[in-house]
Amino acid sequence: MVTIEDYESRVKDIAWCPGCGNFPILEALKQALVELNLEPWQVAMVSGIGQSSKLPHYLRVNEYNELHGRILPAATGLSLANHELVVIGVGGDGDGYGEGGNHWINAIRRNPNMTYIVTNNQIYGLTKGQASPTTDYGMKTKDEPGGIHIPAMNPMAVAISLDCSFVARCFAGDLDFMKEILKKAINHKGFAFVDILQPCVTWNKVNTYQWYRERVYKLGDDYDPTDKFAAFQKAQEWGAQIPIGVLYLFKRPILKDDYVPLQRGTLLDLQKEHKPSQFKDLLKKFF
Amino acid sequence: MSTESSIDLNFRVGGAAGQGVQSVGGVLSKTFARGGYHIFTHQDYESRIRGGHSFFHLRLSDMPVYAAPNRVNVLVALDDRTIEIHEDVMVPNSVIICDRKLREVSPEVERVHDIFDVPLMDIALETGNKLYVNTVAMGASLGLIEFDFDILAGLIAEQFKKKGQTIIDENVKAARLGYEFTQQNYKGTCCYIIKPRTAPKTMILTSNEAIGIGALFAGCKFVSAYPMTPSTSIWVTMKALAHDDFVFVQTEDELASINMALGAAYGGVRAMTTTSGGGFALMNEGFSLAGATETPIVVALVSRPGPATGLPTRTEQSDLEYVLHAGHGEFPRVIFAPSCQEEAFRLTVKAFNMAEKYHVAVVILQDQHLADSYRTVDPADFNIDAIKIERGPMATEEELKTSKDFKSHRVTESGVSPRAFPGTKDGIIATAGDEHDEYGHIIEDAETRNEQMEKRMRKLDALMKDIEEPLTYGQEAADVSLIGWGSTYGAIKEATDLLNEEGISTNMMHVVEVFPVHKVVGEFVTKAKQSFVVENNYTGQYANIIRAYTGKLPTGGINKYDGRPFSPGYIVKEVKRRMGA
Repeated sequence: MVTIEDYESRVKDIAWCPGCGNFPILEALKQALVELNLEPWQVAMVSGIGQSSKLPHYLRVNEYNELHGRILPAATGLSLANHELVVIGVGGDGDGYGEGGNHWINAIRRNPNMTYIVTNNQIYGLTKGQASPTTDYGMKTKDEPGGIHIPAMNPMAVAISLDCSFVARCFAGDLDFMKEILKKAINHKGFAFVDILQPCVTWNKVNTYQWYRERVYKLGDDYDPTDKFAAFQKAQEWGAQIPIGVLYLFKRPILKDDYVPLQRGTLLDLQKEHKPSQFKDLLKKFF
Repeated sequence: MSTESSIDLNFRVGGAAGQGVQSVGGVLSKTFARGGYHIFTHQDYESRIRGGHSFFHLRLSDMPVYAAPNRVNVLVALDDRTIEIHEDVMVPNSVIICDRKLREVSPEVERVHDIFDVPLMDIALETGNKLYVNTVAMGASLGLIEFDFDILAGLIAEQFKKKGQTIIDENVKAARLGYEFTQQNYKGTCCYIIKPRTAPKTMILTSNEAIGIGALFAGCKFVSAYPMTPSTSIWVTMKALAHDDFVFVQTEDELASINMALGAAYGGVRAMTTTSGGGFALMNEGFSLAGATETPIVVALVSRPGPATGLPTRTEQSDLEYVLHAGHGEFPRVIFAPSCQEEAFRLTVKAFNMAEKYHVAVVILQDQHLADSYRTVDPADFNIDAIKIERGPMATEEELKTSKDFKSHRVTESGVSPRAFPGTKDGIIATAGDEHDEYGHIIEDAETRNEQMEKRMRKLDALMKDIEEPLTYGQEAADVSLIGWGSTYGAIKEATDLLNEEGISTNMMHVVEVFPVHKVVGEFVTKAKQSFVVENNYTGQYANIIRAYTGKLPTGGINKYDGRPFSPGYIVKEVKRRMGA
């Protein structure tokens, strides 16, 4: 049996602020992996740059800590190299929706079998409080004392419009619910996108635990996540009411199934079997 | 090219983009190769889909050839501009195959050259489509020089196999009508008669194709790339040959290309990305990540003239110093620059081995000229049986089981840490682009930083032992020493021969394993009476590298940056100018 101790990282000095929303996210992820009975060596995380991208260092898993915004290309490559790995990407809103926006759109289109967690605190923390792509319109920051003058992007609506195969939102203040959503995401075959509303206790004085707690509500059993138009409509809710849960599910083939060699085994297996002589005949085409 | 050769002919096929100039060139090259001749070709085309002017230069000889002179014996004009554009480089009494209905030939041209008028358009239309002008011209050219028709017909059938029997039949008919026309009307009047000869079989391919084949033999299982001229044909070749034996992803941009390849390489497979200068600029950040995380990766960079978009379909060697310094921060790298098809193949296989033995990024740097040039090669030079797959030191299962976490960046004497792949039972393999400890976790302290930095940089010394000496050619003590790297090999070698024939004693050194710099490079400069670095760039980038890494000063440079490759004659002229001859 896998235990939570198996996921205990050798890194003890955690660089997050006291009370950071990343702590419950880390805890929920560990619990989800334990409950899914996955061994640490079976899991590979890819992260970017920012406070949330340090998360894989704080649990014991395989890890490729990428550059800012490049989580998804590397995670896609990794998932194709060894599709038996449980691949989980994690990064912030600036990393995923700003720097990595084009990769995010195209990862959704490709549908690699992986989970992508965006810890969305609607602000840039590590660079000290600038606006992120999800900072609400009008919010005053240190650098924009007159308020942010462009509207926030809507990650749920974008993902649904692209027929992302799994779209969910959680709140870092609800650990159990987060854990359950993460388990569903990890079990999902295809690109599972989870946006987690995560308070930044240092730089975002508007979107606090309290602020979210007053607004989030769980989607009920009567909600049908396979209805695209209903999901799109649900995705527009932001303000007094913010839905959390699985907003959208769309059945589609996963990336690996498009590749003939990957039907025979993992690419890593194929690599191990490689013999130069297997290609001898192809030189004939050049005579 | 030595004087022993008895046949040395230069064909040029010119026309507008969309007229199939490259197809004609390709099929003619293969036809002559199967007919027992050595071939070197050069492609000159514009960045457009229709119109403009492009040409295919084909040099044919009974001896191996490595370069194309800027000289034409037989000109095939598919459009009304070809004769005018190439008139300057035609030798006296050149053969011109053209359709007078497309454009009347000037009296001056008529006086100097032999004109063979062929109703290319009428025959094409008779066969069913004006697009067959190129096929008619092929047939007409071969009929005129009395080459074998069946070789051509066989190649046409292979070329259009996928398009169906009707297309094959129409093309063969168009070629036959062209062939018969010149046979019937001009037999015995052309000064060049080329008949198939018995010779050992050769392969014919471009250098990009050689890189693609090399990657397959090396066991490259993952390619992620964004299309960019003139690099694209590398993965197109790989897909055409072995679609089901590797994974290819066409990415949204070059940032994704390199990072996807890095993810796959971390996963344990041999990964490559291909691009040109502009795409490589986007890859810089990922290139640096490869350095920090010590992820083995191969980048095939096929250059074209810059800056910015430059001349997108033409040639230049101006990315060398850029590749040498690419990526923020300091980290080791290896740069190879193939001199010919055989070397492109050999160096590609070696690139994958070097990347995995030393956990570095290896760049295969070539340029459009060689990338698009077909040449006949001896199949024995693609020595498949000699290929060794060297994946570098690996951690044992025992090691993974007994150590709770794996030291993927273990500090060792050589700087190379034994490797393990994620997903191996009991192994936890972590790495980061942040400075990290031996376990791959982020650190801030100065001591660990120094340990890791020095460990990474030590690999440069370790890998030096695998860098081969550059090739030297010609007499030991010469008045002139030419130095080159990469695609200029053929032109410099032929220039060396020509200069010696003209009484200017000349030798040469050619470098393909460009970086790190081999000690022989400095020694060659020291020994030379006068040394000139011949390169397709403005600033003399390899000369700069010689100065920086050997402290030796070459006498000067012979530089060309007009987007066109060197011809042997150009180098001879420039050497003589510097000698005051």
